[in-house]
Amino acid sequence: MRPSVALLRKDLLLERRAPESIPAMLLFSITTFVLFHFALGRDQVEGQLAAGVLVVTLLFAAILGINRLFVSEQEEGGFDGVLLAPIDRTALLIAKGAALFLFLTLVEVVAVAAFALLLLGPSPWPALPGLLVILVLLNLALATVGTLVSALAIRTRARDLIVPMVALPLLVPALIGAARGAAPLFAAGGAEALPTKWLAVLALYDLVFGLLAYAVFDFLLED
Amino acid sequence: MYGKGLRALTLATFAAMTATFALVFFYAPLDADQGFIQKIFYVHVPVAIVTLIAYVLGAVFAALHLRTRDRKWDLRSYVVIHIALIFNVLGLLTGAIWAKASWGHWWVWDEPTLVSYLIVFLLFATYQPLRFSIEDPERQARYASVFAIMAGAFVPLNFIAVRAASAYVHPRVLATSEGGMPGEMAFTFLIAIIAMTLLFALLCSYEIAAKQTRWQLRALRRRVLGGEAVAPRGRSAAPALDGPPSRGGGSAPRTARNPAEAPS
Repeated sequence: MRPSVALLRKDLLLERRAPESIPAMLLFSITTFVLFHFALGRDQVEGQLAAGVLVVTLLFAAILGINRLFVSEQEEGGFDGVLLAPIDRTALLIAKGAALFLFLTLVEVVAVAAFALLLLGPSPWPALPGLLVILVLLNLALATVGTLVSALAIRTRARDLIVPMVALPLLVPALIGAARGAAPLFAAGGAEALPTKWLAVLALYDLVFGLLAYAVFDFLLED
Repeated sequence: MYGKGLRALTLATFAAMTATFALVFFYAPLDADQGFIQKIFYVHVPVAIVTLIAYVLGAVFAALHLRTRDRKWDLRSYVVIHIALIFNVLGLLTGAIWAKASWGHWWVWDEPTLVSYLIVFLLFATYQPLRFSIEDPERQARYASVFAIMAGAFVPLNFIAVRAASAYVHPRVLATSEGGMPGEMAFTFLIAIIAMTLLFALLCSYEIAAKQTRWQLRALRRRVLGGEAVAPRGRSAAPALDGPPSRGGGSAPRTARNPAEAPS
């Protein structure tokens, strides 16, 4: 566990010294809310539309972070460092996944508040506990799949093309779960109960891809 | 030396396809509801079933490649996914035709099988670009295998999620609760599935034999004419089967392991 913590601290330190991913994801999210306001021609959204706008925005913002996730490793020889060190390669998967999870969480703290201010019709407070559960499960999905896809794409010729092409279809089930699950929370007449069906879909997705990432990540780091 | 049994497989496929179409047109009864257009069912559904099974099979071959490091599994995984992608396009087209004829629209969102089939197509369509963007053949094979495993596991997961998301589910043609298909239809459908599986296996065998023959020919040329006479392998999404120029074998094992690379 200690190597993962050290690698995670390195990533957090890098992001603190030279903020790159988080500000970009954040600005992107808020800009996208503005774009949605004009594109949909609506001052306020609620229900399924609100859930869709929020989740799609977070998904595309995550793609930005996924694109950058391994850039320092690739450019500064971090992969060689991990391979030379006497540690399990899974440590890198855990550290990078945790870093992405934390980045996404920080972005969401501001982005969800901005969404509530700018676009959301009904009051955000009753929706908050349910939304928290959904966002944690969604972030887990984005972090595992994102780390895998980022490691897969980082050493290809067309990194920035491969990441969205592969990640977006792969994340469709997670998007279905999150968007459909969050819809009743934003219902016009006040938040309704959280549907367990969608939490189950999200949790199943997290479990399958978590195990899968653990099984195949080593093969992406062999040279 | 390659393509053993291809002739027998070709004849069997031809016979099965002929039998299928004969049964479809002259034996299977007309559907009371949909009439003649329902016959596309005997093409569309077998194609779709074979596609999805082939994707999972591609993932199994990819896992075997990662386990054994044998290039032949990468070749099989590549070929299976390649042909499955072609079947996938065919399945989407026949599905759209059937949807237009029986529901009046080229595309319907409340048919979960069709929707998840499209999403699976969108994912597997990135398999070739991914391979093409990695130049080193060994890494290309390894990364493609990782992708194939992820995508293979995605197929059932995606189906569950999309099916849960559809508001109403159309009655299944194969539904067992209402008695299902009449016997003649079921028999024709069974033969159609067998024929489509044979067709898939045949196309895969032809592609594998063609690829192996091409690389064998390169290796022979190199041995007879010298290494310079054979153009180096260009960028390609297809798996490479020959070793470095000096060895010139059919399928060479991996060479020169990186010292930093510990066997896992």
